Amino acid sequence: MSTIFFFILAAVSVISAILIIAQRNPVASALYLIVTLCSQAMLYLLLGASFLAVIQIIVYAGAIMVLFLFVIMLLNLRRDEFGPDKKKTQRVLAFTLGAVWLIQVVAITKFGLSKMNFSPVTPEAALETGSVQSIGKSLFTEYLYPFEITSILLLVAILGSIVLAKKKI
Amino acid sequence: MFDYIILIPLFPLIGFLLNGLLGKRLGKSFVSWVGPGSVGFSLALALKLFLDLLALPADQRVIESTVFPWIISGDLQVNIAFLLDPLSAVMMLIVCGVGFLIHVYSIGYMHEDPGYARYFSYLNLFEFSMLVLVLANNFLLMFLGWEGVGLCSYLLIGFWFEKKSAVDAGKKAFVVNRIGDFGFLLGMILIFITFGSLNYLEVFETAPVLLEVGSGLAVAITLLLFTGAAGKSAQIPLYVWLPDAMEGPTPVSALIHAATMVTAGVYMVARCHVLYLLAPVSLATVAAIGAITAIFAASIGLVQNDIKRVLAYSTISQLGYMFLACGVGAFAAGIFHLMTHAFFKALLFLGAGAVIHALAGEQDLRKMGGLKNYLPVTFVTFLIATLAISGVPLFSGFFSKDEILWKAFSQGNLFLWLIGIITAGLTAFYMFRLFFLTFYGQPRFDSHHTHPHEASKSMAIPLIILAVLSALGGYIGLPESLAGKNIFEEFLAPVFEAGTHLKTAVHTYSHSTEYTSMVLSIAVAFIGIMAAFRFYLKNPAAAEKIKTKFATTHRLLLNKYYVDELYDRIFVKPFINLALYFWEFIDVQIVDGLANGSADFVAWCSKVFRKVQTGYIRNYALSLTLGVILILTYILSR
Amino acid sequence: MVPLAYYLILSGILFAIGVIGVLISRNAIVIFMAIEVMLNAVSLTLVAFSQQMGSPSGQVFVFLVMTIAAAEAAVGLAIIIVIFRSKESVNVDEVNLMKW
Repeated sequence: MSTIFFFILAAVSVISAILIIAQRNPVASALYLIVTLCSQAMLYLLLGASFLAVIQIIVYAGAIMVLFLFVIMLLNLRRDEFGPDKKKTQRVLAFTLGAVWLIQVVAITKFGLSKMNFSPVTPEAALETGSVQSIGKSLFTEYLYPFEITSILLLVAILGSIVLAKKKI
Repeated sequence: MFDYIILIPLFPLIGFLLNGLLGKRLGKSFVSWVGPGSVGFSLALALKLFLDLLALPADQRVIESTVFPWIISGDLQVNIAFLLDPLSAVMMLIVCGVGFLIHVYSIGYMHEDPGYARYFSYLNLFEFSMLVLVLANNFLLMFLGWEGVGLCSYLLIGFWFEKKSAVDAGKKAFVVNRIGDFGFLLGMILIFITFGSLNYLEVFETAPVLLEVGSGLAVAITLLLFTGAAGKSAQIPLYVWLPDAMEGPTPVSALIHAATMVTAGVYMVARCHVLYLLAPVSLATVAAIGAITAIFAASIGLVQNDIKRVLAYSTISQLGYMFLACGVGAFAAGIFHLMTHAFFKALLFLGAGAVIHALAGEQDLRKMGGLKNYLPVTFVTFLIATLAISGVPLFSGFFSKDEILWKAFSQGNLFLWLIGIITAGLTAFYMFRLFFLTFYGQPRFDSHHTHPHEASKSMAIPLIILAVLSALGGYIGLPESLAGKNIFEEFLAPVFEAGTHLKTAVHTYSHSTEYTSMVLSIAVAFIGIMAAFRFYLKNPAAAEKIKTKFATTHRLLLNKYYVDELYDRIFVKPFINLALYFWEFIDVQIVDGLANGSADFVAWCSKVFRKVQTGYIRNYALSLTLGVILILTYILSR
Repeated sequence: MVPLAYYLILSGILFAIGVIGVLISRNAIVIFMAIEVMLNAVSLTLVAFSQQMGSPSGQVFVFLVMTIAAAEAAVGLAIIIVIFRSKESVNVDEVNLMKW
């Protein structure tokens, strides 16, 4: 049952990912990205990471994508006005490298996983791992330090983007 | 008292520094006092030490005075140390005495010259080097002086450096000397390897023990040392620099190329007599080369037209006599002739200098004549010197030359004696030719425009002193056969005694044989004088007739047997071509090409590599990705 | 349960698409979106492993990744705006002042 879900979700995310880059209109690309992110969130749910799934929707699809769309509209970008791509070799190489990467990932997965032994996981245990309590406990004890630093990082990012984008200081 | 030996070379060294650094600024009178004065101090000290040496008993006259250790490196220990024994005392007195007289003479001769201070500083440096050479107690210090006199010779020959011929002559002298010095150096290295020391006394004491008579090692050492002597003392084949060296000022020719530097080779052979007696082959070579050089140079001197050239060839010839003496084992006779030759040759050169000075630079014999009335003092002193060199009895040259001829006969062989006798005749001939052409006959110079005047006091007094020495200096070497006491030989005997037991037993001749040799040499000298008288005074036309009759021989002799041209063809030109090859091909193309080429290569590399910086972000991202994939591949392959 | 390998391969595919997107597109904003895709792919791997090993560390890590992605998106877009002001275009091919 979950396998079918998995394949559907997998297909959706892959196709929408491909469509992001195949679009001329950047707004369309943004929308397809949202689709990808949402399917990602579903996949997280499948994996039992309930907290993360919700966070994904709220932060990624909610905040970041809105930011993207704001910028697109601010810059008033229309359909692709760039003209034909002059760098042919770039495209060829890009596809080659992508293919090579894929092969390598498959190889790693095959050989790497065969060396690890994992005990089978029940869905309940997975939900337990991904629950808010579990993550919260881990976040505020073991990973407190990175957590705090990340908040400072966010502060720096905010300040940075304001300074960069202002017209007058 | 003997510890003050160091001062003898030190005074001229101080003179060199003072004249060289301050002379130009402090003026001519300062230089005139410091230059000759420093040598004067050395002379006074030398005389004092000589008298002190005489006061010692004969078998203790060997004083060594060490100043400080110079080189201590492994087995090699060389000190700055001086050896005072009869041989070095004689040399020291000659160098200081004749040197002092010539310094005084130079005050007058070089008075008008703008390089006055430079001249005296070089001359003082030469005195220093020569004194180090004769007073050193080891080979290396002697070599230091040896090189020093070579350097000063170069500096002084090329003194008028604006003249190209002078510069070339200086270079020629230095290079030819260097060739000889190379042999000398090899000889020294062999000595060190064989004996483990370069100290004279150590080497000469152990030499009879370590070297067998006639062994290859002894022959090698002595022949190598002799090449150095041949270079310095202008013997065949390295004599070619001496005639050209006449480009220098005349007092320089007198001091360096007559009295002192060129005698360094003879001194060295005499000093190393123990080694030479252990290698009879080398001794024979020395004698042969000496004899051949003597007659060879005399034959060239017969027809030369430059007054200084004649004297130069005469010097080469007389040096040949000295080597002949050493070569037959008569080392004391060789030194005796060295001393008398220093007197009369210096006098001849200084007199020639007075003539040249009087005629405002004229050196060609064909343009002189009739100077007897204009230059009386010069005339008389020159006559005394010419009589001395020709071997006329009662003058010093007679005694020394006769000694050599007699020893050549009794200890050598008849052939050597014959060459010596013929050369004596030739010597008398060309010297009197020189004398008559210069002082007698009608003036061939423009007597209306040039007014020759006699030399100044500073030039005339040394001439007179040297004339007295040339006349009377021989009497300290009176041979026994003339009922004299050869105090000179006696004085030097302890030095050469070490080698006497190595000399093969000689045939003892009676006094009458000696008298015959003496009479023959006198006769030959008079024949030469008469011939010169006939050809150049009474009947000049006859001389012209003979010149045209033997035109080819005359041309051959006038051109010095074309030896210089021969050397040029065989040695100089190929060497210059080799140097040109090295420069044009190897240096310019290969070495410079490498240097420039590497720079060009770097530039080419950067031209190629900068294409990577396309400026396009996508390209950079591509390379990033490529890197990641490569790293993954590497990890996967493990 | 879905085998772990599937998740990993899916994540690999998504990452590859993201890489190709970065290398191909000329619009700066689309490049950023492709970068987001890549980040997501990695997050997927992390969560998959976290489930398999029963440890929440993977998910905490994803949480932090998300934060950082947000910060990066903000600053990056600010830069694009600045460039757009002077160039009037978001074509990355025109930003080539570093060309030799």
